[in-house]
Amino acid sequence: MTSANPLESTASTPSTPSTAPEASAVKRRANRSYTLITGCAVAGLIVLLALVSFLWLPYAPDDTSGGRLAPPGADHLLGTDKLGRDLFTQVMTGSRIAVEAGLGSVLIAATVGVTLGVLAAFAQGWLDDTLSAFLDILIAFPTLLLAMLIVAARSATLESAILAIGLAQSAVVGRVVRVLVKRVLAQDYITAARTSGTSWLRITAGHILPNIWPTLVVNLALQFGLAVLAEAGLSYLGLGAPPPNASWGGMLQEAQSTFTTAPAGALAPGILLVLLVIGVNLIADGLRDTLDPAARGRGV
Amino acid sequence: MNILELHDLTIRTTDGRTLVDGLSLALAPGERLGLIGESGSGKSLTSLAVLGLLPAGMTASGRVVLAGAPITGASERELTGVRGRDAAIVFQEPLTALDPLMRVGRQIAGPLGRRRGLKGTALRQAVTAALEQVRLPDPERVARAFPHEISGGQRQRVALAMALACEPKLLIADEPTTALDVTVQAELLTLLDTLVRERDMALLFVSHDLAVVAKIADRVLVMRNGRAVETGEVREIVGAPREEYTRELVNSARRLESALDLRSGR
Repeated sequence: MTSANPLESTASTPSTPSTAPEASAVKRRANRSYTLITGCAVAGLIVLLALVSFLWLPYAPDDTSGGRLAPPGADHLLGTDKLGRDLFTQVMTGSRIAVEAGLGSVLIAATVGVTLGVLAAFAQGWLDDTLSAFLDILIAFPTLLLAMLIVAARSATLESAILAIGLAQSAVVGRVVRVLVKRVLAQDYITAARTSGTSWLRITAGHILPNIWPTLVVNLALQFGLAVLAEAGLSYLGLGAPPPNASWGGMLQEAQSTFTTAPAGALAPGILLVLLVIGVNLIADGLRDTLDPAARGRGV
Repeated sequence: MNILELHDLTIRTTDGRTLVDGLSLALAPGERLGLIGESGSGKSLTSLAVLGLLPAGMTASGRVVLAGAPITGASERELTGVRGRDAAIVFQEPLTALDPLMRVGRQIAGPLGRRRGLKGTALRQAVTAALEQVRLPDPERVARAFPHEISGGQRQRVALAMALACEPKLLIADEPTTALDVTVQAELLTLLDTLVRERDMALLFVSHDLAVVAKIADRVLVMRNGRAVETGEVREIVGAPREEYTRELVNSARRLESALDLRSGR
């Protein structure tokens, strides 16, 4: 894993402190969180693959000149699939699709989920009940069915898959946010802020969002991993990104019949999928350690 | 004119339980009233109702008039204008009374900036002054600290500074010393006493501790199960309680005191 070394340095740059006195504290926190660094390195490797795929690919995605099921070698790093397409090229476009699916879904889940969650927390009586019931129904509604409905209404594209996953996750995020906000609302400092005549908008921006932020970020990071998995599942079923841009799920599906003779076609996307999800989960774990105000309060 | 008047205040939950039952009291400017009772007696709810801050699922009936403005039945917008200007509140638990993720200085700066329209250096100086006035040593360091970086007593002083920032005419203190060590408790009571006297504020002091109330209040109102049991000057109540429940309160407070005398005498 020598290629991971330059990534480790990029991974730690965002936390570079801006002010001198806080530097040591931030550094200590970062040091404490090896999980965060490992996670950034692992997930960063795949993000790097995705970024490079925009600029350069070994072969064109629809180039079938490689010969059927060629074994890994100098020409084709991971070999070719049964149509003669380069597997490494597919793995690269697949990582792009996976990262896009994760980011897109989380973006939708964060926007819709936080809005609904905050509304439900502030609402009382029937409005709270209605919103909560709506979120519950959305959680219970199978993501697969939702995806099929959206694909039927639009078409089988990556965007449809992202929309379906994002909406399904909005419900989960909304549920979490509602509880988090309710817990903050019960705190005395909210009452104190209301007493001193602070408006609800200011209370939300100044007190509520910063206080739910650490938990929310960790939750969103976990949702990213789940979204990547969900997208792979949808494209395995043919509800994701259409060819020639192969997604990992699609690759797994295609390699299924030839797994015993040419395992690389299934192993490559499978391993990367696992790596990305583990990496993102490690980031979530590390973020929890560094962002949790209680853990920070225990300060070394 | 009284700064605070409660007429027949009744607080009910939506499922019909009565938590405060027909409570009436009046507080003149500069007067100090101790609201005393066991937990569940409705004393804290009463203090929240004064500011229209009852938790969801509870409704108040009767009349609450704060500095001439009716609180019961007022809209949230009207209440936002009244709160802070006329009355402020200090809570029991100093840790939850401050936002754990916001530096102390910024928390005080909020109401200060809004009330007095201060900005920049003037605001920073006002924050330092507010912290100095609650006798916090090294106010500039405290202003930069997060709540978990200062002690419980210091946090309660900060909460007090926040409440005083708006220069209220009535200060409501809901068991402000209960969560503190005994020595810190005594210091804070002395500070509260001084500040209320200096600013000629009225004080509504909610507590379950008769000794603490006797130290800070002029008058006492004893509550039990949501009703007023007895009210009067501290001296009368402690010296000659008329009601059985008040007598119990006084006696148990005395027993604690005498235990201390006994042990030290031995």
